Amino acid sequence: MKKTFTKLALAGLLASTLIGGASAQEDTIKVGILHSLSGTMAISETTLKDAMLMLIEEQNKKGGLLGKQLEAVVVDPASDWPLFAEKARELIEVNGVDAVFGCWTSVSRKSVLPVFEELNSLLFYPVQYEGEESQRNVFYTGAAPNQQAIPAVDYLMNEEGVERWVLAGTDYVYPRTTNKILEAYLKAKGVAEEDIMINYTPFGHSDWQTIVSDIKTFGSAGKKTAVVSTINGDANVPFYKELGNAGIKAEDIPVVAFSVGEEELAGLDTAPLVGHLAAWNYFQSADTDANAEFIDTWQAYTGDDNRVTNDPMEAHFIGFNMWVEAVKKAGTTDPDAVIDAIVGVSVPNLTGGYSAMMPNHHITKPVLIGEIQDDGQFETVWETSGLVVGDAWSDYLDGSKDLISDWRAPLSCGNFNTATGKCGGSGS
Amino acid sequence: MSLLKSFFLLVGLMVCAASEPSFAQSGPEALRPLINGLAEGKYAETEKQIGALVATGDPAVAPALEALGEGDLYVRKSDGAVFIATKAGKGYALTDPLTLEQAGEAGRRDVSKIKVNNKLRRVLRSALGSLTLMAADPQVRMAAAEAIFKARDPDGIEALDAALAAETDDGVRKVMEEARAAAVLNSDLDEPQKLDAVQTLSVMGNRDALSLLIGVQSSAGGAVRDAATQAVTRIQKSIAAWDAAQNIWYGLSLGSVLLLAAIGLAITFGVMGVINMAHGEMVMIGAYVTFVVQELIRTSAPGLFDYSLFIALPLAFLTSGVIGVAIERGVIRWLYGRPLETLLATWGISLMLQQAVRSIFGPTNQEVGNPDWMSGAFEIGQMTITYNRMWIIVFAMLVFAGLMLVLKKTPFGLYTRAVTQNRRMAASMGIRTPWVDAMTFGLGSGIAGIAGVALSQIDNVSPNLGQGYIIDSFMVVVFGGVGNLWGTLVGAMTLGIVNKFLEPYAGAVLGKIFVLVFIILFIQKRPRGLFALKGRAVEA
Repeated sequence: MKKTFTKLALAGLLASTLIGGASAQEDTIKVGILHSLSGTMAISETTLKDAMLMLIEEQNKKGGLLGKQLEAVVVDPASDWPLFAEKARELIEVNGVDAVFGCWTSVSRKSVLPVFEELNSLLFYPVQYEGEESQRNVFYTGAAPNQQAIPAVDYLMNEEGVERWVLAGTDYVYPRTTNKILEAYLKAKGVAEEDIMINYTPFGHSDWQTIVSDIKTFGSAGKKTAVVSTINGDANVPFYKELGNAGIKAEDIPVVAFSVGEEELAGLDTAPLVGHLAAWNYFQSADTDANAEFIDTWQAYTGDDNRVTNDPMEAHFIGFNMWVEAVKKAGTTDPDAVIDAIVGVSVPNLTGGYSAMMPNHHITKPVLIGEIQDDGQFETVWETSGLVVGDAWSDYLDGSKDLISDWRAPLSCGNFNTATGKCGGSGS
Repeated sequence: MSLLKSFFLLVGLMVCAASEPSFAQSGPEALRPLINGLAEGKYAETEKQIGALVATGDPAVAPALEALGEGDLYVRKSDGAVFIATKAGKGYALTDPLTLEQAGEAGRRDVSKIKVNNKLRRVLRSALGSLTLMAADPQVRMAAAEAIFKARDPDGIEALDAALAAETDDGVRKVMEEARAAAVLNSDLDEPQKLDAVQTLSVMGNRDALSLLIGVQSSAGGAVRDAATQAVTRIQKSIAAWDAAQNIWYGLSLGSVLLLAAIGLAITFGVMGVINMAHGEMVMIGAYVTFVVQELIRTSAPGLFDYSLFIALPLAFLTSGVIGVAIERGVIRWLYGRPLETLLATWGISLMLQQAVRSIFGPTNQEVGNPDWMSGAFEIGQMTITYNRMWIIVFAMLVFAGLMLVLKKTPFGLYTRAVTQNRRMAASMGIRTPWVDAMTFGLGSGIAGIAGVALSQIDNVSPNLGQGYIIDSFMVVVFGGVGNLWGTLVGAMTLGIVNKFLEPYAGAVLGKIFVLVFIILFIQKRPRGLFALKGRAVEA
């Protein structure tokens, strides 16, 4: 695996230096993988790179696509946001890839958007994000806020009777926007200002004593309290360790997290955390044949029987299969044809249903609420009865209420303002 | 009230059961349909079934309910029978939930777990609380009383009265009285009773009591409300005082983490004057050594787990120290007197070490467990002190004292100080300065390694671990005064406490910025930090 990567990187280098642009020989279809393999985000993104390589290998075993083999081109943007744009350009212009699967953080996605627009290529983005965006060349296979945050808050409100809310997040665009949406949503539901506490921490924050004790104090006001956590990646382990040690039990103050999956829990002893929640569209514990097969393939591919799967991996699984179906439907990998063909394509997801690509380039997904178990897995305690359509523009924010997105002709607009009847209401 | 009646039956039964363990009211077979009923339907049905089981009042159902709460209760798919299951190899070992006898084994796919959610766990907690209030073990009784306190179930009052009458342990009695007060406030008993309850909670005086009393304040009327308001004001005042103490404690704790991270750097940068950007990676390597040691212990000698940190300490010191010596001999010694090149070279080394660890162990977090004596918390007044933080403070002080001893009382320390203060003079006195350089750098790196062992207990063990500490470490060393260990100690503690007092007002993000601005201004005033020292670092 490591060797293939080195070889590919070398091949890419050779291609770019020796042969230049003429390398695009038409015997394979090239697929770009744009995930950080070094730097701070490598912890999350390396897994997705491996998942993509596995999906491509599996597709090749099934005979490839349009009679050709698929070829993965891996680059390393090294958790460096401007480098994402450069590497995206390299993938499209130099390596001639037909679609790119990649990015994790919102800032990296924002950095590559102009490149994909200018060069008219395809990006499949697999991570839950803050919404407020819809771009013609991008397909959002992760959750929009209405597919994760809003249902989670509803669950706590209805099933657990929560009346006081702590919105804790890492200080960057995804938590800030999500919390803005949640705050507006909670107030619309009649929650008073003083019953909402919002708290931001820097990336990689490791000293949670003050905040955990603040949460305890905030929770001792005679009303049922819950924490909605948009704390990102690395900071979660010390946060949960502090929670566990401070004796905050899920039965008393539950924490629902949007960025904590099986991978993050792999670095933790979860026994003191049983019952804390996470909202995703997929859990490794999903009891379906498709999921069992996916897990077996993944563990065989990585050669590690304990390797876990997670939600963004499923998003890549869905996104990749959608792309494959759309290419088959269009009969070509030409981006314009694929963009037209992919809307309405429906592929099986891993939780026992089908996910479809919507005209706003978001997909339909079930929303699951899971409780952490002592073996580091989640157990689904609640799920939406049907699929939820990803909403690019939140209905709870002033600037985006009136906006809709529909990339089908004749509208072909990512931010159509229904109030003014014009394309280009606000935002991108 | 049938629940209560059965409860008294149960109380009687448990007294008998203590002398005659095999005795059971209705025999296990009569209970079995109820137990098997737990597996039917969704959460709501399971909840009803738990109610029915508690209503039987038979203590024999307690193990099944306990297992349910812990997620160990499984149903066999073939016949719908319910068992307590524990992992055994690839499948499960089954235990009969009523007789507690072995009941064979089952494959992973033959049984399915009976799901519980937080709501059910709460129901179970109070159900078990009422079932175990008369248990023989005082700790079990204590837990039962605490569960009833949290449930605030008015139905529990009479049971508590009975239990109180029989209670001999003062600690348990106090908790039971508090639980009774909580239940009374939630019931429709008369005012004098409620006033007593408010009084009890007012004496209890912690956050749980405060939470309850605030609830009473908004729901009750008349004298009870006034009493509750008074109690709330009083408790809030005392909690505010304790909060200040708590903040100092948090500050010391953050300071000790900073000290641990910075103390190795205080030697390599402070004493030797090498700008070592790979210092954080030495910490990271120490944490990975802990991980490897724990993995080995888990697979070969699980009994030693509680000692894993003691085993990891010398190994982490050696590993990081040897790598430090190698870096000094291989790279840094060619770069003495060229700080910019040193900075770039060590920065490069730090990236290489990170990627090396990433290639060997993978990019994901590794699980480093807390030994029992590092988990949990205890309370002093209204202050919660977690064991891991407490031991880290102690450990940081020990490391500091040890290092002081080495530098002040050993020949090696003497050489180091001599070389630091005047290299040429030391060399002419016959000290092998290159050897001292290498050993000093190794010592600094080794100390960073043992800091990693401690940090693995509170932070996540990933290749990025060190990056989070490098900036803070430099801040501490520069602030404290380059070349002075006492400065590092005072600097770390000051920064920790300042940070923790700013955080509640300014938030974590702004707090950090303020601290940084403060240090910049401070350095303008005193460029050499708190405690300036004359030596090579100053001359260079």
